[in-house]
Amino acid sequence: MGKKKAKFEELLADLEKTVEQLESGELSLDEALECYEKGINTYKACHKILSEAEKKVRMLVQDDEGNLTEEAFEGDASESQS
Amino acid sequence: MNPIPNQTETGNIEGRTIHTVSQLTRKIKRTLDDSFQRIWVVGEISNLSRPASGHLYFTLKDEKAQLSAVMWRSKASATKFELRVGLEVLVYGNITVYEPRGNYQIIVDKIEPKGIGILQLAFLQMREKLETEGLFAPERKRPLPSLPKRIALVTSASGAVVWDMINTITHRFDNINILLYPVKVQGEGAAQEIAAAIDDLNRRCEIDVMIVGRGGGSLEDLWAFNEEVVARAIYASHVPVISAVGHEVDVTIADLVADRRALTPTDAGQIVVPDKRQLEAGLQQSAMRLSSGLLNAVRNARHRLDGVGTRSLFRRTVERVRMYQQQLDESVGRLHLHVSHRVEMQRSGLDAVAAKLDTLSPLKVLKRGYSITQDEKGNVVRDATEVGIGDTIETRLACGRLRSRVMSSES
Repeated sequence: MGKKKAKFEELLADLEKTVEQLESGELSLDEALECYEKGINTYKACHKILSEAEKKVRMLVQDDEGNLTEEAFEGDASESQS
Repeated sequence: MNPIPNQTETGNIEGRTIHTVSQLTRKIKRTLDDSFQRIWVVGEISNLSRPASGHLYFTLKDEKAQLSAVMWRSKASATKFELRVGLEVLVYGNITVYEPRGNYQIIVDKIEPKGIGILQLAFLQMREKLETEGLFAPERKRPLPSLPKRIALVTSASGAVVWDMINTITHRFDNINILLYPVKVQGEGAAQEIAAAIDDLNRRCEIDVMIVGRGGGSLEDLWAFNEEVVARAIYASHVPVISAVGHEVDVTIADLVADRRALTPTDAGQIVVPDKRQLEAGLQQSAMRLSSGLLNAVRNARHRLDGVGTRSLFRRTVERVRMYQQQLDESVGRLHLHVSHRVEMQRSGLDAVAAKLDTLSPLKVLKRGYSITQDEKGNVVRDATEVGIGDTIETRLACGRLRSRVMSSES
């Protein structure tokens, strides 16, 4: 745990820095193009992280030996009360 | 001197009725036992002593009198708040006599603080105790992950609350991973279950953050979240903990120890994950700014070049201008590409463009297993009728080419 989230935050900060650099207007044309490409790549990487997680709702259940295993948690509140 | 009368009967010596101390004490005891059963008495605790036996001994007093009190271990350990010297209490019990000392005392069955609820006092005492120990210190609160990959919920698997949490979370971030650790959230053993779940989740180490909570209820219903064992488990957790107990007005000990207190279970869902659409909109915004930044850079370059052009009439050679011109042409070529990007992006989002660029790459197409067939003249064959039996055709694959002869064809 932890690695991915740090990465996302870093990328986001990186993207913001790149944007600000490009908007500063102090870059040569070549530098601007380079900056743009770098920014777009960071943007894509951020997007990838946002979409890569899988939607899953699991519940821990104790088996006969007392070990906890995961199983899907589905249905609605009234069902789960039974 | 006098002969000792037997223990069961009152002696009669020289016309006087004589009691032994034991006999008299027993009589007094009987009288008191009969007349002072199931009584309530109010007073202030003093001379409190807690020997290792677990029984509690204290004196109840007011301005003018005092009364010895005993609370047996079973009753003492069931008392939710802590008895302290100076505390005004209401005591319920029976008066009896402790024969070895000839003391009368009250055997306490129930004790309540005066003027304040038991649970309320217990809460205040626990808060004071844990605060002194530093469990609520702001500097020990851990930051929550901004984008958790997996969230654990420690709550009851039945009822609406768990679904409030799940729905709020998935509404904000559709592709998230949630792990429910079902626990009892009220009644006997609930606090122990909650604490064990928190410990367990820490050992399993697969989650980035956890929400511990339940829906609204009476102070009794919420009591598990005020118990020390839960507070200690939250404090010991390596995984950041969001508490979500009851409604906004219900502040529990768990809320005070947690890294973040959510006002309600729904609020917890909002705290634990960012709104994905908002993040995406922010990203989109950044991409837009990149494009307009680039556009400005090109405008500036052209502006500079124009300046150079006029001055160069005097200072620079024609070749130099041409070189700039050529550089600009190249840049503008690249710009066109990027401006078309930008237009596309505004229309359908950058994602689509990125994906399209990827899929349009001929190499990519070949890599997916498609191939290109050409006839002897090098024309791409799109229709089986374009080649005859016996013709030689060349097939281009992702890796290498094949030359083959047509044996039959169908169209």
